[in-house]
Amino acid sequence: MTGEGWLGPAEWQAIALSFKVALVATLCSLPVGLGVALLLARGRFWGRGLLNLLVHLPLVMPPVVTGYLLILGFGRRGPLGTMFEEVFGLVFAFRWTGAALAAAVMGFPLMVRAIRLAVEAVDPGLEEAASTLGAGRLRVFGTVTLPLILPGVLAGAVLGFAKGLGEFGATVTFVSNIPGQTRTVPLAIDTLLDMPGGEPLALKLALVSIAVAAAALALSEWLARRVRGARGGQA
Amino acid sequence: MTLGVRITHRLGDVTIEADFEAPAGATAIFGRSGAGKTTIIRAVSGLLRPDSGRIAIDGRTVFDSETGVFVPPHKRRIGYVFQEGRLFPHMTVQSNLTYGGQHDFDRLVDVLGLRSLLSRRPATLSGGERQRVALGRALMSRPDLLLLDEPLAALDAGRKAEILPYLERLRDEGGVPMIYVSHDISEIARLASTFVLVDKGKTRAAGPIGEVLSDPAMGGVLATRDAGAVISGKIGDHDAATGLTRFDFDGGAVLVAGGAVPVGIPARVRIAASDIILSLGKPEGISALNVIPVTITAIEPAGQSGVLVGLRAGSAMLLARITRASSEAMGLKTGARIHAIVKATAVMTGPMTDGDD
Repeated sequence: MTGEGWLGPAEWQAIALSFKVALVATLCSLPVGLGVALLLARGRFWGRGLLNLLVHLPLVMPPVVTGYLLILGFGRRGPLGTMFEEVFGLVFAFRWTGAALAAAVMGFPLMVRAIRLAVEAVDPGLEEAASTLGAGRLRVFGTVTLPLILPGVLAGAVLGFAKGLGEFGATVTFVSNIPGQTRTVPLAIDTLLDMPGGEPLALKLALVSIAVAAAALALSEWLARRVRGARGGQA
Repeated sequence: MTLGVRITHRLGDVTIEADFEAPAGATAIFGRSGAGKTTIIRAVSGLLRPDSGRIAIDGRTVFDSETGVFVPPHKRRIGYVFQEGRLFPHMTVQSNLTYGGQHDFDRLVDVLGLRSLLSRRPATLSGGERQRVALGRALMSRPDLLLLDEPLAALDAGRKAEILPYLERLRDEGGVPMIYVSHDISEIARLASTFVLVDKGKTRAAGPIGEVLSDPAMGGVLATRDAGAVISGKIGDHDAATGLTRFDFDGGAVLVAGGAVPVGIPARVRIAASDIILSLGKPEGISALNVIPVTITAIEPAGQSGVLVGLRAGSAMLLARITRASSEAMGLKTGARIHAIVKATAVMTGPMTDGDD
């Protein structure tokens, strides 16, 4: 049983697309997620509660609502969509980039939570100690804060990536189900289930999804344990 | 080097009001837990920005609320040794040490006995080792001023004895000036030449340690067990048979318990006010050495039923605590010449003030 025989080219295409979408979504949202996590963990500013709510909304809202909001904001006629097209020549509507955007938005709360927990576990006293040793804010962040939260950042990235691989509702609402463009693994499974005789293939894709998700979860748990370990070692 | 501090800062329901000058050498900030000592040195380091006031290090203004000057901590050239060490857990001892600079690396590593620890991680160090690394790390950044915030408070007696000699050596080598925060009067008596008393957020007294600690007016703010003068002199004979050492000072001599410190070296002793008994006449039948003729300089109330009696012996100032009833029964008055009987106490090496000021 070779890979090509086990799954058809369309399924392999869906898997490859899923990885591309999830990877781009994770890499692009990671710096933003890091910034927002730092703001939420450390910042004392007006609107902090609102930002927290906004970040977490995609976690609890029906995904179809998130997808609809993405159409309103980033669709061809949406204000942000128009801006991105004019300034960067970047179109989201019915493109894989839109699928990546949907994946990024849906994975964002998970990513921010993981990083925020890591930031909150850092003893600010260590950063104070670094500053009395002559380190400015940037050096303190780069040499003390970042290394200490790195496992949490990686855990957040892994969670965001896993979420991106499996995102369905917001993606299908925002960018529809276009083979080779926006048909990721979950969308492909959905399509196969609607097709007569498609179920065996759907099951195989489901098994692939489960394996990848379980591996990602195990990796992020292992990273989270390293965060706790680092905290325990600071006594 | 002088440090000038005049700040006010509101912290919860306590208002910190600090006003003192610290000359070169070792300055102690003494007070009970929660008195505001740490707030004061955090303000000196720049980790805390006071509500108002001014802080100057060696004539360099690092904070002035009127002109809006605020030098951030990383530009103040201050070494800060925290109570809990605060070593970076993800770095080796070597990387911790050199984080702020490599000034005098080899000598400090040897002096502090860190050579064998360089490749270890902080989590594997003992409390005393951690504080030695923290001290080395602060000194290698070549600070203009070293702040020590209860660096020994988290350590047991054995570990304290492991670090104190390093601090004494640091002081005696006349290098970087130190501000030493502590609530342990014996540590302070051993290390500091200038004494700043903080009580309920306010600096109540500041000056040379011999003067401040022998001032009977301190009875109002110092706890009973903390009252007592620190006098300077030098080591006389050491009697190996009795284990006692004679401590000579201007005004007399006392026998002190203590090890074989070299004869003739400058030393200081702290004599707790409760370790002195007063006698109108020269007492008979006890060792003459610990009987010192003194003149009463002041009598101040201390606590509910006690008084602190200021005594002068030669140029040295002593402090005795007795009950008000005894004081009245004996008819003690300022200017009266009486005798002080001093219990044996522990000797501490090192001069009262650094040689260079």
